[in-house]
Amino acid sequence: MTSRIQTPDAGLTASLQNAPDREARRSFLGQSGLLLSGAAIALLAGRDALAKGKPSTASDVNVLNSALGAELEAIAAYQVGAESGLLQKPVLHLAVTFQGHHKEHADLLAKTIAKLGGQLVSAKAQYSFPVETLKTQNDVLRFAAMLEKGAVSAYLGAVPVFNNRELAKAAASILGDEAMHWAILRNALGEDPVPSAFMS
Amino acid sequence: MTTALPALLALALGLAAGGAAADALRAGDPKAGEAVYARCLACHALAYNRTGPKHCGLLGRRAGSVPGFNYSKAMQSTKWVWNPKTLDRFLANPLKAVPGTSMGYDGVKDAQERRDLIAYLEQAGHSEACKPPRE
Repeated sequence: MTSRIQTPDAGLTASLQNAPDREARRSFLGQSGLLLSGAAIALLAGRDALAKGKPSTASDVNVLNSALGAELEAIAAYQVGAESGLLQKPVLHLAVTFQGHHKEHADLLAKTIAKLGGQLVSAKAQYSFPVETLKTQNDVLRFAAMLEKGAVSAYLGAVPVFNNRELAKAAASILGDEAMHWAILRNALGEDPVPSAFMS
Repeated sequence: MTTALPALLALALGLAAGGAAADALRAGDPKAGEAVYARCLACHALAYNRTGPKHCGLLGRRAGSVPGFNYSKAMQSTKWVWNPKTLDRFLANPLKAVPGTSMGYDGVKDAQERRDLIAYLEQAGHSEACKPPRE
């Protein structure tokens, strides 16, 4: 049911970045960066921000590393989608943009783990994805939507367990971005983008 | 998704199920449990390891024993075997049940949702997705 997929190399990533619509993507990413900047600055400002309230613990580092592992897998999954040949513009543009967000999340999580003195998890050499089931653009969109919904739940479950409230705030910021991805993917599938008032 | 509101309200009002309330739970519903399982899909899959270990064969398996998965020392050192009772305890609050686990998740707080989820995992273990690939 599944195939192992090589982790994307830098060349493939660069080719995506050279897509004709890169200007629009750059503009979009710039705006999203502004939206995320509050939490990001709090973390990247260094230990002073992280020292607010209760100190971070080894448990916090574990949670951050789990999130980093999932983000790295999401980056690889979007690479598979982008290279599948199944995605047409503007959906391809969405996939590349969302992959860029996951790269930003992973970068922030990695820097934070490093600041806390933790050992970073690395991207796997290979990931297993159910590529045999991906036959159409909608199949890819459903697969991505499933991962994004799971990501919302994962961050929702992570927010209350952080000892440090700044980390909880950053996780909540990423959660909001994942929820937007999920809603937009559902919309692209012709489904109700926001099917309920609460997430679980 | 629509089950989230009652669960949230119960949590907010401090009405966590327990004692006599637990006796009122219905049998686990695999279909309802499949919806709960959607929360796990950022990290888990039935048939293959991801950020979390695969779930095929979970019931009856010793905790921390899937070949090729990099478990925390905490999970490896438990003597648990996964069954409805141990899964219920772990899923309710993973970090409290196994301090040091890599599963940084607050847990499934609603006892009925846990029962449904475990019923789904039990059923999924016998599904096509969990059968060995044909040669």
